[in-house]
Amino acid sequence: MSYLEVLRAAAPETVLTITVLMVLAVDLIVLRGQSVARRFGTGAMVCILGCLMASIFTFTHYGDADPLHGLLMVNPLTNFLKLMLLVLAIFTVLISVSSKFTEHVGEYLAMILLATIGLMLLVSAEDLLMIFISLELASLSLYILTAFNKRNARSSEAALKYFLFGGMSAAFLLFGLSLLYGLSGSTNLPEIAANLAAKGLDPLLLVAIVTTVIGFGFKVAAVPFHLWAPDAYEGAPTPSAAYIASGSKVASFYILAKILALGFAGAAGSAAWHGYVSGWTPVIAVVAAFSMVLGNLTAIVQTSVKRLLAYSAIAHAGYVLVGVLANTPASLSALLFYIITYAFTVIGAFGVVAMVEEATGSDALANFAGLSRRSPGLSLCLLVFLLSLGGIPPLAGFAGKFLVFSAAAGADEGHLGLLWLVILALLMSAVSFYYYLQVLKQAFVLDAPENTPAIKVPPVMMLTLISLAGLVIVLGCAPGLLLYFL
Amino acid sequence: MLAWTIYISFIGVVLLMLLPREAARAARIIALLTAIVGCGVAFAGAMQQSNPGEVTTIVKVPWIPAIGATYYLAADGISLVLVVLTGLAAIAGILFSWNIERRTKEFFAFYLALIGGVYGVFLSFDLLLLFVFYELTIIPKYFLIARWGSTRKEYGAMKLALYSFVGSHLVLIGLIAAWVVARAQTGHATLDLVALSQVSFPVSFQHWVFPLIFVGFAVLAGMWPFHTWAPTGHVAAPTAGSMLLAGVVMKLGAYGCLRVAMVLFPEGVRMWQNEIAALAVIGIVYGAGVALVQRDFKFVIGYSSVSHMGFVLLGLATLNTIGLSGAVLQMFSHGIIAGLLFAVVGRMVYDRTHTRDFNDLQTMQLGKLLPFAGVTFVLAGVASMGLPGFSGFVAELQVLMGAWKVFPKTTLLAGVGIVVGVAYTLRAIQKAFYSDLPPAQSGHNHPLESISTPERIGAIMLIAASLIIGLFPGLLLNWIQPCLNSPLFERLLKGGPL
Repeated sequence: MSYLEVLRAAAPETVLTITVLMVLAVDLIVLRGQSVARRFGTGAMVCILGCLMASIFTFTHYGDADPLHGLLMVNPLTNFLKLMLLVLAIFTVLISVSSKFTEHVGEYLAMILLATIGLMLLVSAEDLLMIFISLELASLSLYILTAFNKRNARSSEAALKYFLFGGMSAAFLLFGLSLLYGLSGSTNLPEIAANLAAKGLDPLLLVAIVTTVIGFGFKVAAVPFHLWAPDAYEGAPTPSAAYIASGSKVASFYILAKILALGFAGAAGSAAWHGYVSGWTPVIAVVAAFSMVLGNLTAIVQTSVKRLLAYSAIAHAGYVLVGVLANTPASLSALLFYIITYAFTVIGAFGVVAMVEEATGSDALANFAGLSRRSPGLSLCLLVFLLSLGGIPPLAGFAGKFLVFSAAAGADEGHLGLLWLVILALLMSAVSFYYYLQVLKQAFVLDAPENTPAIKVPPVMMLTLISLAGLVIVLGCAPGLLLYFL
Repeated sequence: MLAWTIYISFIGVVLLMLLPREAARAARIIALLTAIVGCGVAFAGAMQQSNPGEVTTIVKVPWIPAIGATYYLAADGISLVLVVLTGLAAIAGILFSWNIERRTKEFFAFYLALIGGVYGVFLSFDLLLLFVFYELTIIPKYFLIARWGSTRKEYGAMKLALYSFVGSHLVLIGLIAAWVVARAQTGHATLDLVALSQVSFPVSFQHWVFPLIFVGFAVLAGMWPFHTWAPTGHVAAPTAGSMLLAGVVMKLGAYGCLRVAMVLFPEGVRMWQNEIAALAVIGIVYGAGVALVQRDFKFVIGYSSVSHMGFVLLGLATLNTIGLSGAVLQMFSHGIIAGLLFAVVGRMVYDRTHTRDFNDLQTMQLGKLLPFAGVTFVLAGVASMGLPGFSGFVAELQVLMGAWKVFPKTTLLAGVGIVVGVAYTLRAIQKAFYSDLPPAQSGHNHPLESISTPERIGAIMLIAASLIIGLFPGLLLNWIQPCLNSPLFERLLKGGPL
């Protein structure tokens, strides 16, 4: 192992770390005393340049590398996921450019990048220690991002709630991981699996499975560990919420699938109807089923669009977990497709919400009334994003759902063991259509109160939203473009 | 060539969106031109097809190789019939919504998006593609009704959207299951309808998956007891909306039943044949009975749609050539006639009098004030009753002949439905147009706006279509019947009497 090799493998993260320092320095030294908009613009430019540099390094690295024995795995898939995380970070920065909730511009942007670094390391980790450390780096940054709106008490409340829940779940996760280490004598996932294979289903292993699932269930906001999500989404500054809902989800789902499929390889069990075998899949199946049902049913009664998106995120976590527990190569690429396209969609949706919030003062459902008149562009983007979340073809959300559910139903070669989950998921997704339509009804059917002015959308924001919407449409019509890399 | 029907419609949508907000007139003209070109392409493409009996590929390129989905557009005679119907209905709908002044361009954009989706369903021979187009129609339907509709429009629109969505999700469940089982059996993943129709699915599998897909589609075809969206949806919709709902959207459901559920799972149909026939006949009689006691003019037509679609389902359940060809012909015929009926009620009467209540209409002497509307409604009414010379007669006769061979008792009940059909149509004609009650003393002194040219053209076009098919049913039967003798339907009709 040479350090040069490590540096080369960690080049994107390194570039990003330098960018963090630069953003802070530029904001502190060069931009002192300038207007917030100016500082945001320049800072964002630095961030985006850094992200682009880092993404070049995700391309140029050749082949597979494993310089630190599982601490930092580099292969085409992790590189592609890092690229996606960088793109998501760029979009998050872009939708925060026009916001006015903070004067600490440099710190805010730096936190977004730090979270990205954590998530990127998480994606390439195959070692319990590294997984935990990078997860904490990402989580701590996200807690801070949530609390960033210091003028709003709800932001602090949300952050505190997020932090307390997060700390608790980190403790659970650490407990589970320590059991895993104790049982197998290793922190490396494939080695753990090899050592556990000889032992069968130890009761301690079951405890480890459950606590690990609790830890990650919190990260991905699955029922019953979802309670933080609605408050955090609602209270956090909108771009922060967008990043929590997108980037952090992509990495967390990938690593959850990896730990379960790789680390607990021998203890999968089966969640098939009439074919129950204990292991981690039944645990995930229960969590998935509850997430889909509770998330969708609770979303119906929400009047805040951000809360609605939070509950819909819980439901989507349920759908993705169906992909996790199918546990085949096809289902892994399907769930990555799903979660990546979901991330783009949800950033876009939050972008629209941010604009409406800025123009009307809140994200209440009623404030979307007449949006199609007040800003046709914004309302068309919202249409694309919400319909994609609802799973209407030919948008990316539908392609993702079809891929995940067909992979899950086909996981056991024609026996349709997991069809019960697919049926539940599809029926629940029919329910979800109702609340997405409620928002669209406000925007397209109802009229705004008299004399409401048109909403002015900054050109950068509009371009970002249009490109996200375009991405959602293109990936829905031609899923092959993305599937090719997964 | 036929694929251009889809593309042209969506090009029309884009053009409309680019128009400035005020350009209502330009929007109408663009929409009309788009529909006319689409209809022209549909006719030309249909004429071009040399052998309507076989599935003629239009485009077939890989789409999502990972799951075996292809972008596969094709047409056989049954698709041709429905594509032509869609073309006609699209033009008529635009002619009858010439008076839309509020947000005109958006109205026509949603309208053409709906039409494009419908063309797509009728031309898709890949299951996923068909499903994509099928769901694509839900959103425009919702907005057309919720935004431009009348009576309880938001409720009606949401009900329709949710019924459609739940139905299509039942279909999706069945579709995924069928995909998995077919892959396990043949070793490779495919969603190609023609290829899947050659797979022999296990009989026990067919028994449960067939009703799932059939009911999923039949929701949209207005099968009793899942029809309740139809009256409320039709009544809430703007005129063009109800014309399209009854004219083509309900056909989507019936088409899906035939094209997907029945062709893929012949054993499933045989198991559930009697139940389907029973539900169909209940629909016929119930729809007719309820239509007989309505006070709202539009509800009469709404329930009559449920009743007439019952004939389509009954025809499908017969599983013999004559019944099936009757069912397809009835889809066409009902599409034309129901469109016309809704046009009279919604555009000619309601837009002028602002009431659909028979008690009010009775006092208005509409037969004298709007003679053209009266005559049109009488013609459409007798066509709807199934008078010889109109398309409805040939279609329903074939369905009844087919059904008589398989379930005679049920067929007698369907006959009762026809008699009631005559009753409610006559009642509606009498109450709405030719009542002999003395005119009300107060109000309505201002003369009603006379019937406009677009309305006249649209009405004459639809009446002519119904008459031509009624007098020369061979025009369409020459497309339909070779299909039913093609390999695609071989397993379905095997053993059934001809």
